[in-house]
Amino acid sequence: MPNRNRLLRCVKPLIMISCLGLTACATLRGTGDMGVVIERATGSVQIVETSSRSRLGQVTGLGDLSHASIVYSRDERYAYVFGRDGGLSQIDILQGKLVKRVIQSGNSIGGAISQDGRLLAVSNYTPGGIKVFDTQSLELLVDIPATYGNEGKRSKVVGLVDAPGQKFVFSLYDAGEIWVADLTEPAKPQIQKFIKVGNQPYDGLITEDGRFYIAGLFGEDGLAMLDMWNLDKGVKRILNGYGRGEQKLPVYKMPHLEGWAMAGDYAFLPSVGHHEVLVVDRHTWQQKKSIKVHGQPVFVMARPDGRQVWINFAYPLNDTVQVVDTKTMQIIKTLKPGKAVLHMEFTPRGEEVWVSSRDDDRVLVYDTRTFEQRSSLEMKNPSGIFFTSRAHRIGL
Amino acid sequence: MKPSSGAGVVLIFLLLAFNVQVLAEVSPDRQAALRHLLKQDCGSCHGMTLKGGLGPALTKNEIMHKPKQLLLTTILDGRRGTPMPPFRGLLTEEEVNWLVELLYQGDI
Ligand code: HEC
Repeated sequence: MPNRNRLLRCVKPLIMISCLGLTACATLRGTGDMGVVIERATGSVQIVETSSRSRLGQVTGLGDLSHASIVYSRDERYAYVFGRDGGLSQIDILQGKLVKRVIQSGNSIGGAISQDGRLLAVSNYTPGGIKVFDTQSLELLVDIPATYGNEGKRSKVVGLVDAPGQKFVFSLYDAGEIWVADLTEPAKPQIQKFIKVGNQPYDGLITEDGRFYIAGLFGEDGLAMLDMWNLDKGVKRILNGYGRGEQKLPVYKMPHLEGWAMAGDYAFLPSVGHHEVLVVDRHTWQQKKSIKVHGQPVFVMARPDGRQVWINFAYPLNDTVQVVDTKTMQIIKTLKPGKAVLHMEFTPRGEEVWVSSRDDDRVLVYDTRTFEQRSSLEMKNPSGIFFTSRAHRIGL
Repeated sequence: MKPSSGAGVVLIFLLLAFNVQVLAEVSPDRQAALRHLLKQDCGSCHGMTLKGGLGPALTKNEIMHKPKQLLLTTILDGRRGTPMPPFRGLLTEEEVNWLVELLYQGDI
């Protein structure tokens, strides 16, 4: 059995290597129950596992991690960290160490990994655009400046996601445009631009099936939607004029459109400038209703089964998390996890949720059925929480 | 005349509170809280090191040549049509003054 022998030869060194890095590692393990938590102020991350809710190790030296985000390699072994200072770091979560790190621009905001796992795209504020890297070597493959208008101005890029067919989709904040870049041939990106989509797109998401890209608009009460199956139909405005007639409140933290809070026929989205979650009919894209909540929503996230939606809020009301039952569309629970709740992440099948409290220096784990606290892990100014199950989801 | 005397008490109380607020130096506790706010919450838009994000950089070099009054009113009242929100009501004028000084000195 030559195949088996080759496999064994590969595995042995791996065991030895992986045991050097992580303290708790004595045997081979998979990474499907692992994840990474950003410690934003110290430029470090904690590697965690959700089966027994523990920390496995810390990786330091990652630069400015405010607003950092992570994508995973398709083998769920490497985490790519996109830092605010333009740093792009590759972490081996099995060995608990930094593999490679490049500074790719002055100021970045997020990233995405291609359908085939070979390309990393990073979106940048200044100079505005996206850059595409090889996931193995972290070498720059192509630079796509977000140039708009006649004077060659460059726009900040937000809402970058991957889409089927080796595509990346992103929005130009200053220009009010959505671009679709096909990177089938990385050296020759095919770019399709949709202009005048709306005022100040601030973030974007793509549905789990990769079909609809939606950009939230800061400067208008509405969202811009692109049907990836019918690109020729252009960008459509949805929820135009939501919250009409109500005074718009100041927004102390931009909402995030991440994942896709969807349950049955409805999608749940943060309203900008209103203490509301918008409920949208998935077939007609009309607003079904709005749910009054504790504050300006930042993340509106569906439990993987879609039965609950969890919401956190902007400063100064950011000590609270609320849970909506998507069947009754009522708030069924209000939790106070701690000061400055920044992010939430569900375990792959949603029986638990991890919640970061930046100013209390801890991450809390809740049972999503009973809302009981299962654990509390100490970390330094934790922000984003990213589990490896993201590796196999479009748009994350 | 109960209602009006009640209103009088409230008025005096407000005046006192207002005076105290204007006269008081920013306490060391508040200073620490303001530094934290600057780094973390202003930082969510301006970058944690204030080198810029969705909002412009607020580093010494960037703001040095801008009038203090402009920065002060920007922070207190926000900027219409942009994501810069007003902090009036959350921060006192004294506190915002103190923040602007901090930015000017690049002491962040
Ligand atoms: C929700 C995002 C957001 C938050 C939070 C925020 N800002 Fe801003 N800020 C902006 C944006 C965007 C601008 C640029 C406005 C414009 O286009 O004129 C700005 C502009 C400014 C300016 C003017 C800079 C210049 O060069 O004219 C100052 C000063 C400032 N902000 C200070 C602060 C401080 C201090 C805080 C925290 C107390 C803060 N900001 C919080 C988004 C934000």
